[in-house]
Amino acid sequence: MAEVEETLKRIQSHKGVIGTMVVNAEGIPIRTTLDNSTTVQYAGLLHHLTMKAKSTVRDIDPQNDLTFLRIRSKKHEIMVAPDKEYLLIVIQNPCE
Amino acid sequence: MPQKQQPRRQSITAGRGARKRDEDSGTDVGEGTDEWVQSKATVRPPDQLDLTDAELKEEFTRILTANNPHAPQNIVRYSFKEGTYKHIGFVNQLAVHYSQDGNLIPKDSDEGRRQHYHAELATGSQESSRLVTSETEILEEEEEPKEAEGEAGSQTDVPATEVAEKVTEEELMTPKPPKERMLTNQFNFSERASQTFNNPLRDRECQMEPPPRTNFSATANQWEIYDAYIEELEKQEKTKEKEKTKTPVAKKMGKMSMRKMTSMESQSDDITKVTQAAKIVERMVNQNTYDDVAQDFKYYEDAADEYRDQEGTLLPLWKFQNDKAKRLAVTALCWNPKYNDLFAVGHGSYDFMKQSRGMLLLYSMKNPSFPEYTFSSESGIMCLDMHVDHPYLVVVGYYDGNVAIYNLKKLQSQPAFRSSAKSGKHTDPVWQVKWQKDDMDNNLNFFSVSSDGRIVSWTLVKSELVHSDIIKLKVEGSTTEGLEGLQLHTVGCGTAFDFHREIDYMFLVGTEEGKIYKCSKSYSSQFLDTYDAHNMAVDAVSWNPYHAKVFMSCSSDWTVKIWDHTIKTPMFIYDLNSAVGDVAWAPYSSTVFAAVTTNGKTHVFDLAINKYEAICNQPVVAKKKNKITHVQFNPIHPIIIVGDDRGHVTCLKLSPNLRKMPKEKKGQEVQKGPAVEIAKLDKLLNLVREVKPKI
Repeated sequence: MAEVEETLKRIQSHKGVIGTMVVNAEGIPIRTTLDNSTTVQYAGLLHHLTMKAKSTVRDIDPQNDLTFLRIRSKKHEIMVAPDKEYLLIVIQNPCE
Repeated sequence: MPQKQQPRRQSITAGRGARKRDEDSGTDVGEGTDEWVQSKATVRPPDQLDLTDAELKEEFTRILTANNPHAPQNIVRYSFKEGTYKHIGFVNQLAVHYSQDGNLIPKDSDEGRRQHYHAELATGSQESSRLVTSETEILEEEEEPKEAEGEAGSQTDVPATEVAEKVTEEELMTPKPPKERMLTNQFNFSERASQTFNNPLRDRECQMEPPPRTNFSATANQWEIYDAYIEELEKQEKTKEKEKTKTPVAKKMGKMSMRKMTSMESQSDDITKVTQAAKIVERMVNQNTYDDVAQDFKYYEDAADEYRDQEGTLLPLWKFQNDKAKRLAVTALCWNPKYNDLFAVGHGSYDFMKQSRGMLLLYSMKNPSFPEYTFSSESGIMCLDMHVDHPYLVVVGYYDGNVAIYNLKKLQSQPAFRSSAKSGKHTDPVWQVKWQKDDMDNNLNFFSVSSDGRIVSWTLVKSELVHSDIIKLKVEGSTTEGLEGLQLHTVGCGTAFDFHREIDYMFLVGTEEGKIYKCSKSYSSQFLDTYDAHNMAVDAVSWNPYHAKVFMSCSSDWTVKIWDHTIKTPMFIYDLNSAVGDVAWAPYSSTVFAAVTTNGKTHVFDLAINKYEAICNQPVVAKKKNKITHVQFNPIHPIIIVGDDRGHVTCLKLSPNLRKMPKEKKGQEVQKGPAVEIAKLDKLLNLVREVKPKI
């Protein structure tokens, strides 16, 4: 437990990290460092996107799987790590 | 015919009367039968006439004819032919007195037996009927003479009718034999039939609530089908495994682990499941932050090198530091032999007045902000080494003389194995440890050298560290004659050693006195060779990775020396104007090495380019006070890591000039490989060897 907590803490305290959140399989955020509305928005949208991306990858080759999703935008980079049951989403401003 | 005699007498008497009554003109049969008449007392009826002999001898002639006496003798019929009544002479003489139809059944036949049996039954049961039958028998007996009389021709009508009557009577009286009844229940079988009561049919209907309905729709993807199959396969395999391994021990273990898991889960609210993801994200965040550094590491080649002729530079990349290891000097560095981005850092102190704790940190270049593994110890770590075949095993030597093995696979803060005061630990700081090839029994083993003068081989037998002293260092000629002939040896203090790559038994030991001994693992009493190398403590000795004869040593007396182990004098000597903490050969070239000095500078030499001075001479620490303690080349990438006494580790990239390969000549392929490298160094050594004898 401590190890994960520490890792998440380190990520949050890292330079340029705007927010981290953990989203469960249904797209419901269970842990966040952002405010409520933003979290819900991010969680809902990114969950859909991740599922779609996963489905795409697996449709092409069922033995393949999505391991990571990085979205580079003008302002941010959104990193989505789909684990077995959870999504770890980190939003970072890399230019900071 | 015995019966005939009596009726005959009767017939005589009767015949008299009969002769009187009817005139029968029958002829008598001649009497010739007296001869065989038995002498019997004759019973005479009381009314019998007494006749005289004459009368008796009188003969009466009677003729028996077959004519019916009752038959009409004078039947007249009218003859139409003649027109008159005519006397018919031919009369039917046949008279029927009695007739009975019967059938014959052989006694032995089935039918006969059966009838006999039933007759018996009947006699047993019906007494009266039997009586009747017996009477009839008597009657029959009586009848017979009459019949006989009839036969004799003197039969009258009356007896005949009587007989007929009796016969009919008899027939009536005789009981009919009991009818053969069908035996019931011959096979214990009863056949019965009955009609049951038929319930009248009735219709009843009711309406129930409709079951709940849900609409479900889904699209089956290829990968969903694939997943379902994989899941099924895994299930099957699991059940198979369960069937196979149903030992109670395994069960217990499984239960234990299950319990642990559940407790862990309940505690941490499932957040542990993102551990792996969190680790990756952390690295990504770092990558984003240190994007420029990563780019430099991978792609930057200093363009200025082209104009600098021979000299090169070191480009600082990441800096590794940890709050927990603050103010602890870097006492050891080691790249992981398997994962080229991972290295181990040992923290301790070289200041013998300020000894405190120690740290073992393992960093990855992918995450410069935080170590991958952290282990802390009570005593300062002085040296470490990672196993080539088991890259998760780290052996460390402590300041207090102990050695220990950390297992990175096990998540525990304490070492997996550790020596103790009982198990032959060193009495002085351990200066260097080195993994060896597995021994004959495939046990892990390593060597350690300490300033207590012992070189110890440690073997990991099962879960114990077994030690054996390989050699004890003695200062030659220092044996002093003590009182009463006691010999006192001054112990040599080993500070560094290195094992030959090819000659398994041979190794070098550097000492605090500045001497280097060439030793063999098999001779514990004497050295193969002794080099008077330095004036101060030897900090490091290292064999050349390509050339089997060449080794290098550095010392606090500011010098780095390169040796041919067959020659007692050094080949090259470099004075770096400061105590040299560490030297390391480059893995990519036989002629390149790096040395670090306590004044914070890193020196990189390439003997092939300049055999007189370093081609790079660069301060790499921020503050001048910082002393650099160690240096290591990455086995693959063109980078080095240097550690200082403030606990920082800096990663530096070697500029192109520092890893220059022999120039390409036109029309000639560039040769690579160990042979070329050996030749390159040999060429240099030959120059020196030629010069030396002249001097």
